[in-house]
Amino acid sequence: MSRRPTDVDESLESVVATSDVVICCGSGGVGKTTTAAVIAMHAAQQGRRAVVVTIDPARRLADALGLDGLTNEPALVEGPWPGEMWAMMLDTKSTFDDLVRRYSADDDQADQILSNSFYLNISGSLSGTQEYMASEKLYELAVEGDFDLVVVDTPPTRNALDFLEAPQRLAKFLDHRLYRVLTTPNRGIVKAVNVAAQTLMRSIAKVVGADVIGDAIAFFGAFDGMEKGFAERATEVDRLLSEQSTAFVLVASPHSDTMAEATYFAGELARLDIAVRALVVNRMQPSFGEGTSVGARLRAEALEGTELGDLYRSLAESRLLAEGEHQHLRGLADDVAPAPVVGVAVQPFEVSDLDTLMQLGEVLFDPVSLLTSDTERGSDGGPAVEPAGDPR
Amino acid sequence: MDPEQFFTASGVIIVAGKGGVGKTAVTAALAVAASSVGCRTLIVEVEGKSGLAAMFDSEQLSFDELVLVEPGSPVEPVGLQGSEQEPVQMHGGVSARTVTPDEALVEYLRAHGMQRISNRLVSLGAVELISTAVPGIRDILVLGAVKAVERSGSYDLIVLDAPAAGHAISFLRSASGLVDAVKVGPIHAQAKEVLDLLHDPTRCRVVLVTAPEETPVNELIETAYSLEDEVGVALGPVVVNGVLESLAGLGSEPQVAARDAGVQLLEGEAEMLRAAAEFRAVRTELQLTQLDRMAQDLPLPQLHLPYLFVTDLSRPELNTLAESLLDGVRGLPEPRPAP
Repeated sequence: MSRRPTDVDESLESVVATSDVVICCGSGGVGKTTTAAVIAMHAAQQGRRAVVVTIDPARRLADALGLDGLTNEPALVEGPWPGEMWAMMLDTKSTFDDLVRRYSADDDQADQILSNSFYLNISGSLSGTQEYMASEKLYELAVEGDFDLVVVDTPPTRNALDFLEAPQRLAKFLDHRLYRVLTTPNRGIVKAVNVAAQTLMRSIAKVVGADVIGDAIAFFGAFDGMEKGFAERATEVDRLLSEQSTAFVLVASPHSDTMAEATYFAGELARLDIAVRALVVNRMQPSFGEGTSVGARLRAEALEGTELGDLYRSLAESRLLAEGEHQHLRGLADDVAPAPVVGVAVQPFEVSDLDTLMQLGEVLFDPVSLLTSDTERGSDGGPAVEPAGDPR
Repeated sequence: MDPEQFFTASGVIIVAGKGGVGKTAVTAALAVAASSVGCRTLIVEVEGKSGLAAMFDSEQLSFDELVLVEPGSPVEPVGLQGSEQEPVQMHGGVSARTVTPDEALVEYLRAHGMQRISNRLVSLGAVELISTAVPGIRDILVLGAVKAVERSGSYDLIVLDAPAAGHAISFLRSASGLVDAVKVGPIHAQAKEVLDLLHDPTRCRVVLVTAPEETPVNELIETAYSLEDEVGVALGPVVVNGVLESLAGLGSEPQVAARDAGVQLLEGEAEMLRAAAEFRAVRTELQLTQLDRMAQDLPLPQLHLPYLFVTDLSRPELNTLAESLLDGVRGLPEPRPAP
């Protein structure tokens, strides 16, 4: 996939409008889930049928979406919009169970796998399983569901690429060569391999216990033949993720560590030839007017001890932070160019119901929030652009 | 409470909190604070990548210990209250290293005379496989390695930067799960020893970190109760990161305040000052609400760290945070004398 032409000025609005799939990615704690929900809601407001797949949403967001007690299937979120908004919470295990049922030859094979304790471990704790199931659910909804737009909130992950690589990784895991070695006795290969395998198995059993190894071998025995289906599915998911109508939206907060992770992620996506189609920076500090922090600080110091001094100090501190944030943002904005950059100011409320979700939607899709100006990308460091939602 | 007593009350402090609340910064500040009262301190990072090294202007951490604060270096006075009468304090020193599951497994097998197996397992990529077969094994290997350092007595305090909050519970619960799942062998023994560590408040405490905002506070309260009930680990005070300092003059009208101060405001300045003050006042108010709610729902003392208006932390900011921690600790009640 190549980058879009630069002569079209894109906005988050246009990116969402022209996409069938939106993937929100970024590190934990940056408002990714909320951003994903707002994007789906906005599409519903535009008359589309949209679904958001959330992963472990904060309680209040789940309440706002009416997600309490929901299963692994999308549920309608009632709201004042012409389209439809659906929301669901990803259940990793039942998604995996569905996949096993889909690819097993018969019910017996499925039951054998589903009741195996090694399988229970994989579906619950193998690293990357949650990422895999998120992309699996995305594929299912996008290809088989009747939606105009599927928005996915990716699991918080240190390794930002887990989401992209999880399907292939798990497929590879299920085809692991150690298990090939361990299960060769059943396949009648030469005795030398057999002996080596037995020795190794004893070694591993020494560390973790023999039961565990027995369960694992039983699992791979039962799984035999299904790994092909899994691998093919992983390739299909890959294809969907690299389609032009799939947009990656990078979500960040303006702190140096999350910015560093976002920068890393942008670089990794670029390496895979996938463009970041929009950058959303949540929780930005407003700078209140066009002055600098230095001027305000000097006045605060000169007036220390007076009420006016306090007022200047609060202004100076706001601006100092805003200046730092904008400086961090510049490099990242350059990295994702020509993707639009949306800055969302710290809001004086938390999303707790549909009203506050809609309020946030207005800010996120407000053209004023677009920071993709020469000021942001330029190197001469002009005055900071005010993030939208500035509560004045 | 005397800070030295606080920091040596257990040999291990596990720092846990939701992503985005500054867990790593608090880890660093705790280590600097402990070092500044003379404790030899080690920071352990369990997730390879972290911003910790940058805060100390150091190269990236690795399995080998790296000195971040030299032992014996003078403690820099922070703020204006450094008094001349006091003798110059010396740092106990801060070192840091990573302990990832792969590293921990190899180290463990080598220490137990199973070097040949360890090479074989690593070369076959079997670590991931084994850790899938036995969930929690990665965590137990990491905690086991930390326990080994604790037992060696090389440090007065180990500060462990735990995985993000949701994972912190499973991370710490892994020991009890494994004791049941793996009945014999070295992993069983290891899990049992880790369990002993976690259940002994004189050896290990968890310090939870939060931001004074609704969602992080909710998660913190849930995590605190889960940790107590399901893991049985002792909880230290909660560290609240990013508490805005209240400014007395925030509520005043800029024009009036200017007249009182005998100053002329420039055009448009009154609006900027008013907007900035209102914004801050609203946020301060929201923070106070959350802090009160947390105090009611969670009977743990709180240590407040100031909101710093910077995007990058470096040593001066860490010193400020460490100083706040020390102030907070001094304000804690004296521990009840042992019966």
